[in-house]
Amino acid sequence: MNEQNKIIGAYPDSHGHFGQFGGQYVGETLMPALIELEEAYQIARKDPAFWAQYRLMLKEYVGRPTSIDYAARLTEMCGGAKIYLKREDQAHTGAHKVNNTIGQGLLAKRMGKKNVIAETGAGQHGVATATIAARLGMTCKVFQGAEDIRRQAPNVQRMLLLGAEVVSVSSGTATLKDAMNEAMRYWAAAVEDTFYVIGTVAGPHPYPLMVRDFQRVIGDEAREQFLAREGKLPTALVACVGGGSNAMGLFYPFLDDNCEILGAEAAGDGVDTPRHSATLTKGRVGVLHGAKSYMLQDEFGQVVDTHSISAGLDYPGVGPEHSLLKELGRVQYSAITDREALVAFKTLARLEGIIPALESSHALALAMKEAAKRPKTESLLVCLSGRGDKDLNHALEAIEKMGI
Amino acid sequence: MNRIAKTFAALKAKNEKALVAYLTAGDPNYETSLAVLKAACDAGVDVLEMGMPFSDPTADGQVIQDASLRALAHGMNLPKSLAMAKDLRKHNQSVPIILFSYYNPLFQMGPEALYAACMDSGIDGILVVDLPPEESDEFTLKFPDPKALPIIRLIAPTTPLARKKAVAAKADGFLYLITRTGVTGVGSLDVGKIAKHATELHNASNVPVCLGFGISTAEDIRQLAPYADGLVVGSALVKTVAQNGDSPKLLELVTQQVKKLKAACLG
Repeated sequence: MNEQNKIIGAYPDSHGHFGQFGGQYVGETLMPALIELEEAYQIARKDPAFWAQYRLMLKEYVGRPTSIDYAARLTEMCGGAKIYLKREDQAHTGAHKVNNTIGQGLLAKRMGKKNVIAETGAGQHGVATATIAARLGMTCKVFQGAEDIRRQAPNVQRMLLLGAEVVSVSSGTATLKDAMNEAMRYWAAAVEDTFYVIGTVAGPHPYPLMVRDFQRVIGDEAREQFLAREGKLPTALVACVGGGSNAMGLFYPFLDDNCEILGAEAAGDGVDTPRHSATLTKGRVGVLHGAKSYMLQDEFGQVVDTHSISAGLDYPGVGPEHSLLKELGRVQYSAITDREALVAFKTLARLEGIIPALESSHALALAMKEAAKRPKTESLLVCLSGRGDKDLNHALEAIEKMGI
Repeated sequence: MNRIAKTFAALKAKNEKALVAYLTAGDPNYETSLAVLKAACDAGVDVLEMGMPFSDPTADGQVIQDASLRALAHGMNLPKSLAMAKDLRKHNQSVPIILFSYYNPLFQMGPEALYAACMDSGIDGILVVDLPPEESDEFTLKFPDPKALPIIRLIAPTTPLARKKAVAAKADGFLYLITRTGVTGVGSLDVGKIAKHATELHNASNVPVCLGFGISTAEDIRQLAPYADGLVVGSALVKTVAQNGDSPKLLELVTQQVKKLKAACLG
């Protein structure tokens, strides 16, 4: 790859644009807060002491590095390319989300903010934010859709135990996008003393940049671990994409490498039905939650209802950098149905003794299809973004209902 | 002179403040909404903000969120909002109409098509909640004559003085000063703070300054009128529609409410 085509370091531009995507599409009340955040982050970003603090917490508190793990029986079953798992489920709190909340939490502290808020879908980001608020001594309010509170009950209990207030959001479809709407409304009222910890590589600049910086540890570790294990890079990377933070974290350090990159969106009941969340597969470019990106919308620009069995992927938008990577042709995005994800969920439990999150199960399902098509000389590195304990009730019900 | 400038000049000559009314277009349905807009203009509204409903109104409180969903559920969309403005224009040729919207529906239509439709419908300006000056050039620079369809800029209580000055220097039509942080709807007003922000803004700009957010009664208007060229009432009017959408008295109630609010603008 020649210098001009390099992606790493080229985006976003100084105004937070990833090509035509990204930017800062928010009301004036929030603009000064974003400018303040951007300035504070640019200073922290260049401060070795900030990163030293971040790395120490990842090591001692989170238990990083997480391992890469060869899934021998799954590989054997698929009968093709080797499948390796990047085990983010080993991280404290059970998912990759904590990498980001530590970064933003330390930044909030540095900026002198005493209160943090967050939106959450599956509850993993809410738990990770509540965790870090407890650890750093800040108050925490988490906005979660009423429907998600129902299907992710164990995470709600965890947040409460950690001392966070969980605000139930019943507007709209009562899922992640509505939680984000409500968090933005609350932030507009409390902006002067409150830090909004966004959980994915979406939202207005500088969030997509900041969250990518805090999540790229997944890919940085995995690249080194894989090279040490196999003496070469994987043939392809696979990760699930809702907003896209675990995917961006894994993909980013590999963007200029000679390996394929595959993203798995949620096809729900199928991308030819109205019940899916496959934003990059079926959406059009639009503006939602502060950034320009692909989104699921009707012909008049109204956001449409989405569906996925996985609360963390049930979102009509996607991080702007994923839209860029799609447009550049650097990442191939495809969609995995609820059924395929549930099959992968059960398969990994039976064959490897690992219960994956339903979000991660989408990546696994795609990896299983790909592995079967590819020769044994190839290898896939899959981001197992989180553990599935939170999903048990909901997933087991669905497995029974669908007869999987 | 365009309708916005003409309206504010005429009011200034009479030593009156502008009553700026926000109403959600299509709430609860097209016919009722159009009748409400006509009645509000007849009763004394000086500037009309026609709210184009959006599925994800992140800057709005419960009242306007609900109104937006009611309108969308009855099939409201941007082309129909533009058609409604055109219908209203047949009835009233003088009230400036500001299309108040979130960016995405406008972005989907595209700047050229939106501009043409606004000219055809008699719309005098646009106010786009989530399109700050940092991002708006991509859209407004594509208008054939940006002066003919000004973008109304917002200033918030959080806006620092330097930014206030920079935005005010390029303002066109009028400036909308948000009176408090948070979303639209009823809330407490800190008159001292608002007066300070408004004075800074007047000093920095050559266009009229209107205050909005949390202004719901004639008393609110009387308190804030000394610091403004116009006062925006939104949620309080939308609430009347919400509570009386099916009532035969709706138009009469809106008329009375507008008259009372306008009387407070006379000083």
